[in-house]
Amino acid sequence: MIISVASGKGGTGKTLVATSLALSLKDNHKVQLLDCDVEEPNANILLRLPIKQSQPVYIPIPRVQEAKCTYCGKCAEVCAYNAIAVIKQKVLVFPELCHGCGGCSYLCPESAITEEGRGVGIVERGSSGNLELIQGKLNVGEAMAPPVIREVKRYTNPANIVIIDVPPGTSCPVIEAVKGSDFCLLVTEPTPFGLNDLSLAVEVVSELDIPCGVIINRVGVGSKEVEQYCCRERIPILLTIPLDREIAALYSRGIPLIEGMPRWREEFLRLFQDIKGMVPASRLAK
Amino acid sequence: MMKEIVVLSGKGGTGKTSIVACFASLAKSKVLADCDVDAADLHLLLKPRIKEDKEFWSGRVASIDEGKCTECGLCQELCRFGAIKDFRVDPISCEGCGFCYHICPVDAIAMKDSMSGHSFISETKYGYLCHARLGIAQENSGKLVALVRQNAKLIAERRNLDYIITDGPPGIGCPVISSLSGANLALLVTEPTLSGIHDLERVIGVCRHFGVPVLVCVNKYDLNEDNTDRIERYCSEEGIEVAARISFDNVMTQAIVEGLPVVEYTNGKVTQQIKELWQIVSTRLEK
Ligand code: SF4
Ligand code: SF4
Ligand code: SF4
Ligand code: SF4
Repeated sequence: MIISVASGKGGTGKTLVATSLALSLKDNHKVQLLDCDVEEPNANILLRLPIKQSQPVYIPIPRVQEAKCTYCGKCAEVCAYNAIAVIKQKVLVFPELCHGCGGCSYLCPESAITEEGRGVGIVERGSSGNLELIQGKLNVGEAMAPPVIREVKRYTNPANIVIIDVPPGTSCPVIEAVKGSDFCLLVTEPTPFGLNDLSLAVEVVSELDIPCGVIINRVGVGSKEVEQYCCRERIPILLTIPLDREIAALYSRGIPLIEGMPRWREEFLRLFQDIKGMVPASRLAK
Repeated sequence: MMKEIVVLSGKGGTGKTSIVACFASLAKSKVLADCDVDAADLHLLLKPRIKEDKEFWSGRVASIDEGKCTECGLCQELCRFGAIKDFRVDPISCEGCGFCYHICPVDAIAMKDSMSGHSFISETKYGYLCHARLGIAQENSGKLVALVRQNAKLIAERRNLDYIITDGPPGIGCPVISSLSGANLALLVTEPTLSGIHDLERVIGVCRHFGVPVLVCVNKYDLNEDNTDRIERYCSEEGIEVAARISFDNVMTQAIVEGLPVVEYTNGKVTQQIKELWQIVSTRLEK
Protein backbone atom coordinates (compact mmCIF):
# COMPACT_ATOMS: atom_id res chain seq x y z
CA MET A 1 0.00 0.00 0.00
CA ILE A 2 1.30 3.44 -0.95
CA ILE A 3 0.40 6.37 1.31
CA SER A 4 1.58 9.83 0.36
CA VAL A 5 1.80 12.65 2.88
CA ALA A 6 1.26 16.04 1.29
CA SER A 7 0.30 19.61 2.11
CA GLY A 8 -0.34 22.56 -0.17
CA LYS A 9 1.78 24.71 2.09
CA GLY A 10 5.18 23.86 3.46
CA GLY A 11 6.04 23.62 7.12
CA THR A 12 2.73 22.16 8.27
CA GLY A 13 4.26 19.03 9.77
CA LYS A 14 4.26 16.70 6.78
CA THR A 15 7.66 15.23 7.66
CA LEU A 16 6.69 14.88 11.32
CA VAL A 17 3.67 12.81 10.24
CA ALA A 18 5.52 10.76 7.62
CA THR A 19 8.33 9.78 9.99
CA SER A 20 6.09 9.01 12.95
CA LEU A 21 3.81 6.89 10.80
CA ALA A 22 6.78 4.97 9.41
CA LEU A 23 8.33 4.43 12.84
CA SER A 24 5.10 3.26 14.43
CA LEU A 25 4.51 0.68 11.70
CA LYS A 26 8.00 -0.72 11.37
CA ASP A 27 7.70 -3.21 14.23
CA ASN A 28 5.06 -5.22 12.42
CA HIS A 29 5.50 -4.37 8.76
CA LYS A 30 8.12 -3.80 6.15
CA VAL A 31 8.09 -0.05 5.61
CA GLN A 32 9.69 2.13 2.94
CA LEU A 33 9.85 5.85 3.43
CA LEU A 34 10.39 7.73 0.18
CA ASP A 35 11.50 11.31 0.72
CA CYS A 36 10.35 12.93 -2.51
CA ASP A 37 10.73 16.47 -1.15
CA VAL A 38 13.98 16.51 -3.11
CA GLU A 39 14.46 20.27 -2.90
CA GLU A 40 14.55 20.11 0.90
CA PRO A 41 14.69 16.47 2.04
CA ASN A 42 14.28 16.37 5.82
CA ALA A 43 12.99 12.93 6.76
CA ASN A 44 16.39 11.52 7.58
CA ILE A 45 17.15 14.39 9.92
CA LEU A 46 14.57 12.69 12.13
CA LEU A 47 15.18 9.06 11.21
CA ARG A 48 19.00 9.22 11.24
CA LEU A 49 19.45 6.05 9.22
CA PRO A 50 22.96 5.36 7.96
CA ILE A 51 23.12 5.96 4.21
CA LYS A 52 24.56 2.87 2.56
CA GLN A 53 24.08 3.56 -1.09
CA SER A 54 24.20 6.70 -3.13
CA GLN A 55 23.51 7.02 -6.82
CA PRO A 56 23.63 10.09 -9.04
CA VAL A 57 20.57 11.01 -11.13
CA TYR A 58 21.29 11.91 -14.71
CA ILE A 59 19.30 13.64 -17.42
CA PRO A 60 20.40 12.53 -20.90
CA ILE A 61 21.45 15.64 -22.81
CA PRO A 62 22.58 15.87 -26.41
CA ARG A 63 26.19 15.94 -27.51
CA VAL A 64 26.77 16.93 -31.12
CA GLN A 65 29.55 15.40 -33.17
CA GLU A 66 30.53 18.40 -35.23
CA ALA A 67 32.21 16.20 -37.85
CA LYS A 68 28.90 14.65 -38.85
CA CYS A 69 26.71 17.72 -38.41
CA THR A 70 25.55 19.61 -41.51
CA TYR A 71 23.96 22.46 -39.49
CA CYS A 72 20.60 21.64 -40.99
CA GLY A 73 18.77 23.05 -37.97
CA LYS A 74 16.42 20.10 -37.43
CA CYS A 75 17.42 19.62 -33.79
CA ALA A 76 16.67 23.24 -32.91
CA GLU A 77 13.35 23.04 -34.71
CA VAL A 78 12.13 20.00 -32.76
CA CYS A 79 13.28 21.08 -29.31
CA ALA A 80 10.28 22.43 -27.39
CA TYR A 81 12.45 24.10 -24.75
CA ASN A 82 14.97 26.04 -26.86
CA ALA A 83 17.68 23.90 -25.31
CA ILE A 84 19.56 23.48 -28.57
CA ALA A 85 20.30 26.18 -31.14
CA VAL A 86 22.04 26.17 -34.50
CA ILE A 87 23.90 29.37 -35.31
CA LYS A 88 25.75 29.42 -38.62
CA GLN A 89 28.42 26.75 -38.26
CA LYS A 90 27.81 25.92 -34.65
CA VAL A 91 25.34 23.95 -32.55
CA LEU A 92 24.86 25.22 -29.01
CA VAL A 93 23.36 23.11 -26.24
CA PHE A 94 21.93 24.75 -23.09
CA PRO A 95 22.02 21.91 -20.58
CA GLU A 96 19.89 23.63 -17.89
CA LEU A 97 17.00 23.95 -20.34
CA CYS A 98 17.15 20.38 -21.66
CA HIS A 99 14.46 17.99 -20.38
CA GLY A 100 16.22 14.99 -21.88
CA CYS A 101 13.29 14.06 -24.11
CA GLY A 102 15.55 12.44 -26.70
CA GLY A 103 13.83 14.15 -29.63
CA CYS A 104 16.86 15.84 -31.16
CA SER A 105 19.13 12.79 -31.17
CA TYR A 106 16.44 10.56 -32.67
CA LEU A 107 15.46 13.06 -35.34
CA CYS A 108 18.87 14.30 -36.44
CA PRO A 109 19.10 13.23 -40.09
CA GLU A 110 22.86 12.74 -39.87
CA SER A 111 22.83 10.79 -36.61
CA ALA A 112 25.23 13.42 -35.36
CA ILE A 113 23.78 13.53 -31.84
CA THR A 114 24.62 11.14 -29.05
CA GLU A 115 23.55 11.57 -25.46
CA GLU A 116 25.51 12.01 -22.28
CA GLY A 117 24.31 12.11 -18.71
CA ARG A 118 24.17 15.38 -16.79
CA GLY A 119 23.96 14.94 -13.02
CA VAL A 120 21.05 16.84 -11.48
CA GLY A 121 20.80 15.16 -8.11
CA ILE A 122 21.35 11.99 -6.12
CA VAL A 123 19.28 9.19 -4.65
CA GLU A 124 20.41 7.76 -1.32
CA ARG A 125 19.31 4.60 0.45
CA GLY A 126 19.64 3.45 3.98
CA SER A 127 17.85 1.00 6.23
CA SER A 128 17.55 -0.37 9.69
CA GLY A 129 15.52 -3.51 10.41
CA ASN A 130 12.18 -3.30 8.69
CA LEU A 131 12.51 0.35 7.78
CA GLU A 132 14.07 1.48 4.54
CA LEU A 133 14.63 5.09 3.57
CA ILE A 134 15.06 6.30 0.00
CA GLN A 135 15.72 9.99 -0.35
CA GLY A 136 16.33 12.21 -3.34
CA LYS A 137 18.38 15.39 -3.30
CA LEU A 138 18.24 17.93 -6.07
CA ASN A 139 21.63 19.53 -6.68
CA VAL A 140 21.77 23.16 -5.54
CA GLY A 141 21.25 25.44 -8.52
CA GLU A 142 19.26 22.87 -10.51
CA ALA A 143 15.70 23.71 -11.50
CA MET A 144 14.04 20.41 -12.35
CA ALA A 145 12.96 18.23 -9.45
CA PRO A 146 10.75 15.67 -11.29
CA PRO A 147 13.61 13.52 -12.72
CA VAL A 148 15.01 13.08 -9.19
CA ILE A 149 11.55 12.26 -7.82
CA ARG A 150 11.04 9.67 -10.56
CA GLU A 151 14.31 7.99 -9.59
CA VAL A 152 13.32 7.83 -5.93
CA LYS A 153 9.98 6.29 -6.85
CA ARG A 154 11.59 3.56 -8.92
CA TYR A 155 12.43 1.85 -5.61
CA THR A 156 8.77 1.56 -4.64
CA ASN A 157 7.80 -1.96 -3.67
CA PRO A 158 4.01 -2.04 -3.26
CA ALA A 159 4.25 -5.25 -1.21
CA ASN A 160 5.60 -3.03 1.57
CA ILE A 161 3.92 -0.13 3.25
CA VAL A 162 5.29 2.77 1.28
CA ILE A 163 5.11 6.26 2.77
CA ILE A 164 5.91 9.18 0.49
CA ASP A 165 6.97 12.56 1.83
CA VAL A 166 5.67 14.91 -0.89
CA PRO A 167 7.08 18.38 -1.69
CA PRO A 168 4.85 21.39 -0.91
CA GLY A 169 2.74 23.10 -3.56
CA THR A 170 0.48 21.90 -6.36
CA SER A 171 2.66 21.85 -9.47
CA CYS A 172 4.66 19.23 -11.35
CA PRO A 173 6.92 17.95 -8.52
CA VAL A 174 3.86 17.33 -6.34
CA ILE A 175 2.06 15.42 -9.08
CA GLU A 176 5.15 13.36 -9.79
CA ALA A 177 5.42 12.42 -6.11
CA VAL A 178 1.73 11.74 -5.39
CA LYS A 179 0.65 9.90 -8.50
CA GLY A 180 0.21 6.19 -8.08
CA SER A 181 -0.58 6.47 -4.36
CA ASP A 182 -3.44 4.48 -2.86
CA PHE A 183 -4.18 7.16 -0.31
CA CYS A 184 -3.06 10.70 0.39
CA LEU A 185 -2.82 12.27 3.83
CA LEU A 186 -3.11 16.05 3.71
CA VAL A 187 -1.48 17.85 6.61
CA THR A 188 -2.68 21.36 7.35
CA GLU A 189 -3.02 24.05 10.02
CA PRO A 190 -6.18 25.66 11.41
CA THR A 191 -5.54 29.08 9.83
CA PRO A 192 -6.75 30.86 6.68
CA PHE A 193 -3.38 29.98 5.07
CA GLY A 194 -3.83 26.35 5.99
CA LEU A 195 -7.36 26.32 4.62
CA ASN A 196 -6.41 27.99 1.36
CA ASP A 197 -3.53 25.59 0.75
CA LEU A 198 -5.55 22.55 1.85
CA SER A 199 -8.28 23.32 -0.64
CA LEU A 200 -5.66 23.47 -3.42
CA ALA A 201 -4.17 20.16 -2.29
CA VAL A 202 -7.64 18.60 -2.30
CA GLU A 203 -8.02 19.71 -5.92
CA VAL A 204 -4.75 17.98 -6.78
CA VAL A 205 -5.75 14.65 -5.25
CA SER A 206 -9.19 14.74 -6.82
CA GLU A 207 -7.60 15.48 -10.19
CA LEU A 208 -5.51 12.35 -9.68
CA ASP A 209 -8.48 10.43 -8.28
CA ILE A 210 -6.80 9.45 -5.03
CA PRO A 211 -8.80 9.11 -1.79
CA CYS A 212 -7.64 11.48 0.95
CA GLY A 213 -7.97 12.37 4.60
CA VAL A 214 -6.84 15.36 6.63
CA ILE A 215 -4.52 15.81 9.59
CA ILE A 216 -4.80 19.15 11.36
CA ASN A 217 -1.59 20.15 13.10
CA ARG A 218 -1.07 22.89 15.71
CA VAL A 219 -4.65 22.93 16.87
CA GLY A 220 -5.24 25.51 19.59
CA VAL A 221 -4.71 29.03 18.40
CA GLY A 222 -6.47 29.41 15.10
CA SER A 223 -9.93 29.10 13.66
CA LYS A 224 -12.55 26.43 12.97
CA GLU A 225 -12.64 27.05 9.24
CA VAL A 226 -10.59 24.01 8.29
CA GLU A 227 -12.92 21.68 10.20
CA GLN A 228 -15.96 23.30 8.63
CA TYR A 229 -14.44 22.93 5.18
CA CYS A 230 -13.68 19.23 5.73
CA CYS A 231 -17.19 18.66 6.99
CA ARG A 232 -18.72 20.43 3.99
CA GLU A 233 -16.52 18.57 1.50
CA ARG A 234 -16.99 15.26 3.36
CA ILE A 235 -13.27 14.78 3.86
CA PRO A 236 -12.48 12.83 7.03
CA ILE A 237 -10.26 14.42 9.66
CA LEU A 238 -8.12 11.48 10.71
CA LEU A 239 -5.92 13.06 13.34
CA THR A 240 -5.43 16.34 15.14
CA ILE A 241 -2.16 17.33 16.77
CA PRO A 242 -2.24 20.18 19.30
CA LEU A 243 -0.14 23.32 19.22
CA ASP A 244 2.28 22.27 21.89
CA ARG A 245 5.66 23.75 22.64
CA GLU A 246 6.99 20.36 23.64
CA ILE A 247 6.11 18.86 20.25
CA ALA A 248 7.69 21.82 18.45
CA ALA A 249 10.80 21.58 20.61
CA LEU A 250 11.19 17.85 19.90
CA TYR A 251 10.95 18.53 16.20
CA SER A 252 13.49 21.33 16.45
CA ARG A 253 15.97 18.84 17.91
CA GLY A 254 15.23 16.30 15.21
CA ILE A 255 13.44 13.86 17.51
CA PRO A 256 10.49 12.00 15.96
CA LEU A 257 7.22 12.63 17.77
CA ILE A 258 6.59 8.99 18.63
CA GLU A 259 10.04 8.65 20.15
CA GLY A 260 9.85 11.79 22.23
CA MET A 261 6.25 11.18 23.26
CA PRO A 262 5.62 7.42 22.89
CA ARG A 263 1.93 7.73 23.68
CA TRP A 264 1.48 9.01 20.12
CA ARG A 265 2.35 5.58 18.74
CA GLU A 266 -1.19 4.34 19.42
CA GLU A 267 -2.60 7.33 17.55
CA PHE A 268 -0.50 6.60 14.49
CA LEU A 269 -1.38 2.91 14.55
CA ARG A 270 -5.04 3.84 14.69
CA LEU A 271 -4.47 6.30 11.85
CA PHE A 272 -3.07 3.49 9.76
CA GLN A 273 -6.06 1.25 10.50
CA ASP A 274 -8.39 4.08 9.48
CA ILE A 275 -6.50 4.56 6.23
CA LYS A 276 -6.64 0.84 5.51
CA GLY A 277 -10.38 0.93 5.99
CA MET A 278 -10.69 3.77 3.48
CA VAL A 279 -8.65 2.31 0.63
CA PRO A 280 -10.92 0.21 -1.55
CA ALA A 281 -9.57 -3.33 -2.10
CA SER A 282 -9.96 -2.84 -5.85
CA ARG A 283 -7.34 -0.09 -5.69
CA LEU A 284 -4.76 -2.25 -4.00
CA ALA A 285 -5.28 -5.09 -6.46
CA LYS A 286 -4.15 -2.86 -9.31
CA MET B 1 16.87 53.57 -7.92
CA MET B 2 14.30 50.78 -7.57
CA LYS B 3 15.40 47.82 -5.42
CA GLU B 4 14.04 44.32 -5.38
CA ILE B 5 14.03 42.14 -2.29
CA VAL B 6 12.84 38.54 -2.31
CA VAL B 7 11.87 36.77 0.90
CA LEU B 8 12.62 33.04 0.85
CA SER B 9 12.71 30.24 3.36
CA GLY B 10 13.84 27.01 1.78
CA LYS B 11 11.39 25.16 3.94
CA GLY B 12 7.85 26.50 3.86
CA GLY B 13 5.84 27.60 6.86
CA THR B 14 8.56 29.61 8.57
CA GLY B 15 6.57 32.83 8.63
CA LYS B 16 7.78 34.22 5.32
CA THR B 17 4.39 35.48 4.17
CA SER B 18 3.63 37.06 7.56
CA ILE B 19 6.88 39.00 7.34
CA VAL B 20 6.24 40.12 3.77
CA ALA B 21 2.81 41.40 4.84
CA CYS B 22 4.50 43.42 7.61
CA PHE B 23 6.95 44.89 5.12
CA ALA B 24 3.94 45.82 2.98
CA SER B 25 2.63 47.78 5.92
CA LEU B 26 6.00 49.31 6.89
CA ALA B 27 7.57 50.23 3.53
CA LYS B 28 6.46 53.50 1.96
CA SER B 29 6.93 53.39 -1.76
CA LYS B 30 6.67 49.84 -3.05
CA VAL B 31 4.93 47.23 -5.15
CA LEU B 32 4.33 43.72 -3.82
CA ALA B 33 4.79 40.49 -5.71
CA ASP B 34 3.62 37.05 -4.61
CA CYS B 35 5.81 34.56 -6.42
CA ASP B 36 4.54 31.53 -4.53
CA VAL B 37 2.32 30.86 -7.52
CA ASP B 38 1.20 27.37 -6.66
CA ALA B 39 0.10 28.06 -3.11
CA ALA B 40 -0.22 31.82 -2.81
CA ASP B 41 -1.28 33.15 0.58
CA LEU B 42 -0.25 36.80 0.66
CA HIS B 43 -3.59 37.92 -0.76
CA LEU B 44 -5.30 36.57 2.38
CA LEU B 45 -3.58 39.31 4.38
CA LEU B 46 -3.48 42.10 1.82
CA LYS B 47 -7.09 41.72 0.56
CA PRO B 48 -6.53 42.75 -3.03
CA ARG B 49 -9.12 44.15 -5.43
CA ILE B 50 -8.23 42.56 -8.74
CA LYS B 51 -7.79 45.15 -11.52
CA GLU B 52 -6.38 42.95 -14.21
CA ASP B 53 -6.81 39.21 -14.68
CA LYS B 54 -4.94 37.61 -17.57
CA GLU B 55 -4.92 34.03 -18.70
CA PHE B 56 -1.48 32.47 -18.69
CA TRP B 57 -0.95 30.23 -21.68
CA SER B 58 2.23 28.29 -21.58
CA GLY B 59 3.38 24.90 -22.58
CA ARG B 60 1.73 22.34 -24.76
CA VAL B 61 0.17 18.96 -24.38
CA ALA B 62 0.07 16.18 -26.96
CA SER B 63 -3.22 14.74 -28.10
CA ILE B 64 -3.84 11.73 -30.33
CA ASP B 65 -6.52 11.67 -32.99
CA GLU B 66 -8.05 8.21 -32.57
CA GLY B 67 -9.46 8.31 -36.06
CA LYS B 68 -6.01 8.65 -37.61
CA CYS B 69 -3.93 6.54 -35.22
CA THR B 70 -2.93 3.13 -36.62
CA GLU B 71 -1.80 1.93 -33.20
CA CYS B 72 1.74 1.34 -34.41
CA GLY B 73 2.99 2.01 -30.88
CA LEU B 74 6.01 4.12 -31.83
CA CYS B 75 5.02 7.15 -29.75
CA GLN B 76 4.45 4.98 -26.71
CA GLU B 77 7.85 3.42 -27.07
CA LEU B 78 9.69 6.72 -27.52
CA CYS B 79 7.98 8.97 -24.97
CA ARG B 80 10.44 9.20 -22.10
CA PHE B 81 7.88 10.45 -19.63
CA GLY B 82 5.55 7.45 -19.75
CA ALA B 83 2.77 9.79 -20.83
CA ILE B 84 1.24 7.59 -23.53
CA LYS B 85 -0.62 4.41 -22.63
CA ASP B 86 -3.08 2.49 -24.79
CA PHE B 87 -2.70 5.11 -27.50
CA ARG B 88 -3.91 7.88 -25.24
CA VAL B 89 -1.95 10.77 -23.79
CA ASP B 90 -2.15 11.37 -20.07
CA PRO B 91 -2.12 15.18 -20.03
CA ILE B 92 -0.82 15.24 -16.45
CA SER B 93 2.30 13.23 -17.28
CA CYS B 94 2.93 14.85 -20.67
CA GLU B 95 5.84 17.30 -20.55
CA GLY B 96 4.95 18.78 -23.91
CA CYS B 97 8.28 17.91 -25.50
CA GLY B 98 6.66 17.23 -28.87
CA PHE B 99 8.80 14.17 -29.64
CA CYS B 100 5.72 12.03 -30.37
CA TYR B 101 4.27 14.72 -32.62
CA HIS B 102 7.40 14.72 -34.76
CA ILE B 103 7.69 10.96 -35.16
CA CYS B 104 4.11 9.76 -35.64
CA PRO B 105 4.16 8.22 -39.15
CA VAL B 106 0.55 9.17 -39.89
CA ASP B 107 0.43 12.62 -38.29
CA ALA B 108 -2.14 11.55 -35.76
CA ILE B 109 -0.70 13.67 -32.95
CA ALA B 110 -1.33 17.36 -32.39
CA MET B 111 0.31 19.63 -29.83
CA LYS B 112 -2.29 21.82 -28.16
CA ASP B 113 -1.61 24.97 -26.18
CA SER B 114 -2.60 24.67 -22.57
CA MET B 115 -3.91 27.34 -20.26
CA SER B 116 -1.86 26.90 -17.15
CA GLY B 117 -3.03 29.66 -14.88
CA HIS B 118 -3.88 33.29 -14.33
CA SER B 119 -1.82 36.35 -13.52
CA PHE B 120 -3.32 39.26 -11.62
CA ILE B 121 -2.55 42.89 -10.93
CA SER B 122 -4.44 44.19 -7.92
CA GLU B 123 -4.78 47.19 -5.71
CA THR B 124 -4.50 46.86 -1.97
CA LYS B 125 -4.46 49.43 0.77
CA TYR B 126 -0.67 48.99 0.76
CA GLY B 127 -0.25 49.64 -2.94
CA TYR B 128 -0.15 47.38 -5.96
CA LEU B 129 0.12 43.61 -5.68
CA CYS B 130 1.16 41.39 -8.57
CA HIS B 131 0.18 37.78 -8.07
CA ALA B 132 -0.89 34.67 -9.93
CA ARG B 133 -2.51 31.31 -9.68
CA LEU B 134 -0.98 28.30 -11.35
CA GLY B 135 -3.60 25.80 -12.51
CA ILE B 136 -3.71 22.51 -10.64
CA ALA B 137 -1.12 20.02 -11.83
CA GLN B 138 0.47 22.51 -14.21
CA GLU B 139 4.06 22.94 -15.23
CA ASN B 140 5.93 26.12 -16.01
CA SER B 141 5.65 27.68 -12.58
CA GLY B 142 9.03 29.29 -13.33
CA LYS B 143 7.61 31.15 -16.31
CA LEU B 144 4.61 32.34 -14.34
CA VAL B 145 6.92 33.61 -11.60
CA ALA B 146 8.93 35.48 -14.23
CA LEU B 147 5.70 37.07 -15.47
CA VAL B 148 4.70 38.20 -11.97
CA ARG B 149 8.10 39.79 -11.47
CA GLN B 150 7.94 41.50 -14.82
CA ASN B 151 4.52 42.95 -13.97
CA ALA B 152 5.88 44.25 -10.67
CA LYS B 153 8.91 45.75 -12.35
CA LEU B 154 6.79 47.62 -14.88
CA ILE B 155 4.61 49.10 -12.15
CA ALA B 156 7.63 50.09 -10.08
CA GLU B 157 9.25 51.78 -13.04
CA ARG B 158 6.14 53.55 -14.24
CA ARG B 159 5.30 54.89 -10.80
CA ASN B 160 8.82 55.49 -9.72
CA LEU B 161 8.57 53.28 -6.65
CA ASP B 162 11.49 52.46 -4.38
CA TYR B 163 10.93 48.78 -3.68
CA ILE B 164 9.68 45.55 -5.10
CA ILE B 165 8.95 43.24 -2.17
CA THR B 166 8.54 39.63 -3.20
CA ASP B 167 7.11 36.68 -1.31
CA GLY B 168 9.11 33.81 -2.77
CA PRO B 169 8.17 30.15 -3.22
CA PRO B 170 9.40 27.31 -0.99
CA GLY B 171 12.20 24.95 -2.02
CA ILE B 172 15.24 25.57 -4.21
CA GLY B 173 13.98 24.50 -7.65
CA CYS B 174 12.61 26.14 -10.74
CA PRO B 175 10.20 28.75 -9.28
CA VAL B 176 12.76 29.79 -6.63
CA ILE B 177 15.47 30.27 -9.22
CA SER B 178 13.04 32.25 -11.31
CA SER B 179 12.06 34.53 -8.41
CA LEU B 180 15.64 35.07 -7.34
CA SER B 181 17.83 35.76 -10.33
CA GLY B 182 18.79 39.40 -10.58
CA ALA B 183 17.19 40.48 -7.27
CA ASN B 184 19.12 42.97 -5.10
CA LEU B 185 18.73 41.07 -1.86
CA ALA B 186 17.32 37.82 -0.53
CA LEU B 187 15.98 37.71 3.01
CA LEU B 188 15.98 34.12 4.23
CA VAL B 189 13.50 33.37 6.99
CA THR B 190 14.42 30.27 8.94
CA GLU B 191 13.49 28.42 12.12
CA PRO B 192 15.83 27.01 14.74
CA THR B 193 15.00 23.41 13.87
CA LEU B 194 17.45 20.90 12.44
CA SER B 195 15.42 20.79 9.23
CA GLY B 196 15.31 24.57 9.12
CA ILE B 197 19.11 24.73 9.35
CA HIS B 198 19.54 22.10 6.66
CA ASP B 199 17.14 23.91 4.34
CA LEU B 200 18.77 27.26 5.04
CA GLU B 201 22.15 25.93 3.95
CA ARG B 202 20.68 24.76 0.68
CA VAL B 203 18.86 27.99 -0.07
CA ILE B 204 22.03 30.00 0.75
CA GLY B 205 23.73 27.78 -1.83
CA VAL B 206 21.17 28.73 -4.45
CA CYS B 207 21.51 32.47 -3.69
CA ARG B 208 25.28 32.20 -4.00
CA HIS B 209 24.94 30.29 -7.23
CA PHE B 210 22.96 33.17 -8.69
CA GLY B 211 25.03 35.87 -7.04
CA VAL B 212 22.28 37.37 -4.87
CA PRO B 213 23.35 38.88 -1.51
CA VAL B 214 21.72 37.34 1.56
CA LEU B 215 20.36 38.39 4.95
CA VAL B 216 19.02 35.87 7.45
CA CYS B 217 16.21 36.17 9.97
CA VAL B 218 15.54 33.50 12.62
CA ASN B 219 11.85 33.23 13.37
CA LYS B 220 10.66 31.54 16.60
CA TYR B 221 14.25 31.84 17.77
CA ASP B 222 13.42 30.94 21.39
CA LEU B 223 11.94 27.59 20.36
CA ASN B 224 15.46 26.22 20.53
CA GLU B 225 18.14 28.74 21.43
CA ASP B 226 20.97 26.24 20.95
CA ASN B 227 19.94 25.87 17.34
CA THR B 228 19.56 29.63 16.98
CA ASP B 229 23.14 30.02 18.19
CA ARG B 230 24.20 27.37 15.71
CA ILE B 231 22.56 29.29 12.87
CA GLU B 232 24.28 32.49 13.96
CA ARG B 233 27.65 30.75 14.17
CA TYR B 234 27.18 29.18 10.79
CA CYS B 235 26.17 32.51 9.26
CA SER B 236 29.07 34.39 10.77
CA GLU B 237 31.48 31.76 9.42
CA GLU B 238 29.91 32.22 6.02
CA GLY B 239 30.06 36.00 6.30
CA ILE B 240 26.28 36.37 6.35
CA GLU B 241 24.47 38.83 8.58
CA VAL B 242 21.68 37.60 10.83
CA ALA B 243 19.43 40.64 10.75
CA ALA B 244 16.85 39.63 13.33
CA ARG B 245 15.64 37.15 15.88
CA ILE B 246 11.87 36.99 16.13
CA SER B 247 10.18 35.46 19.17
CA PHE B 248 7.90 32.44 19.13
CA ASP B 249 4.53 34.03 19.79
CA ASN B 250 0.99 32.95 19.02
CA VAL B 251 0.19 36.50 17.87
CA MET B 252 1.69 35.51 14.51
CA THR B 253 -1.07 32.91 14.07
CA GLN B 254 -3.75 35.13 15.58
CA ALA B 255 -2.91 37.91 13.13
CA ILE B 256 -3.30 35.48 10.22
CA VAL B 257 -6.69 34.43 11.56
CA GLU B 258 -7.68 38.12 11.75
CA GLY B 259 -6.32 38.65 8.24
CA LEU B 260 -3.87 41.36 9.28
CA PRO B 261 -0.12 41.91 9.12
CA VAL B 262 1.08 41.25 12.67
CA VAL B 263 2.51 44.78 12.99
CA GLU B 264 -1.04 46.09 12.65
CA TYR B 265 -2.51 43.49 14.99
CA THR B 266 -0.39 44.15 18.06
CA ASN B 267 2.26 46.47 19.39
CA GLY B 268 4.15 43.78 21.29
CA LYS B 269 7.62 42.38 21.08
CA VAL B 270 7.22 40.64 17.74
CA THR B 271 6.07 43.86 16.12
CA GLN B 272 9.14 45.71 17.43
CA GLN B 273 11.43 42.95 16.17
CA ILE B 274 9.90 43.04 12.70
CA LYS B 275 10.10 46.83 12.57
CA GLU B 276 13.79 46.66 13.39
CA LEU B 277 14.22 43.98 10.75
CA TRP B 278 12.67 46.22 8.11
CA GLN B 279 15.02 49.04 9.19
CA ILE B 280 18.02 46.80 8.61
CA VAL B 281 16.68 45.48 5.33
CA SER B 282 15.89 48.92 3.94
CA THR B 283 19.24 50.35 5.04
CA ARG B 284 20.98 47.43 3.40
CA LEU B 285 19.03 48.06 0.19
CA GLU B 286 20.12 51.71 0.15
CA LYS B 287 23.72 50.67 -0.19
S1 SF4 C 1 19.86 18.01 -36.56
FE1 SF4 C 1 21.84 17.00 -36.56
S2 SF4 C 1 22.79 17.64 -38.43
FE2 SF4 C 1 21.09 19.02 -38.11
S3 SF4 C 1 21.99 20.75 -37.02
FE3 SF4 C 1 21.25 19.37 -35.47
S4 SF4 C 1 22.97 18.07 -34.98
FE4 SF4 C 1 23.46 19.08 -36.88
S1 SF4 D 1 16.77 16.12 -25.59
FE1 SF4 D 1 14.83 17.14 -25.98
S2 SF4 D 1 14.88 18.87 -24.59
FE2 SF4 D 1 16.98 18.16 -24.75
S3 SF4 D 1 17.84 19.39 -26.37
FE3 SF4 D 1 17.10 17.49 -27.30
S4 SF4 D 1 15.05 18.03 -28.01
FE4 SF4 D 1 15.63 19.59 -26.56
S1 SF4 E 1 2.87 6.98 -33.40
FE1 SF4 E 1 0.99 7.80 -34.25
S2 SF4 E 1 0.03 6.08 -35.26
FE2 SF4 E 1 1.62 5.25 -33.93
S3 SF4 E 1 0.53 4.76 -32.05
FE3 SF4 E 1 1.34 6.81 -31.80
S4 SF4 E 1 -0.32 8.14 -32.48
FE4 SF4 E 1 -0.80 6.13 -33.20
S1 SF4 F 1 4.75 15.49 -26.01
FE1 SF4 F 1 6.53 14.41 -25.16
S2 SF4 F 1 5.89 13.95 -23.07
FE2 SF4 F 1 4.03 14.48 -24.17
S3 SF4 F 1 3.28 12.53 -24.86
FE3 SF4 F 1 4.51 13.33 -26.52
S4 SF4 F 1 6.53 12.44 -26.20
FE4 SF4 F 1 5.39 12.17 -24.31
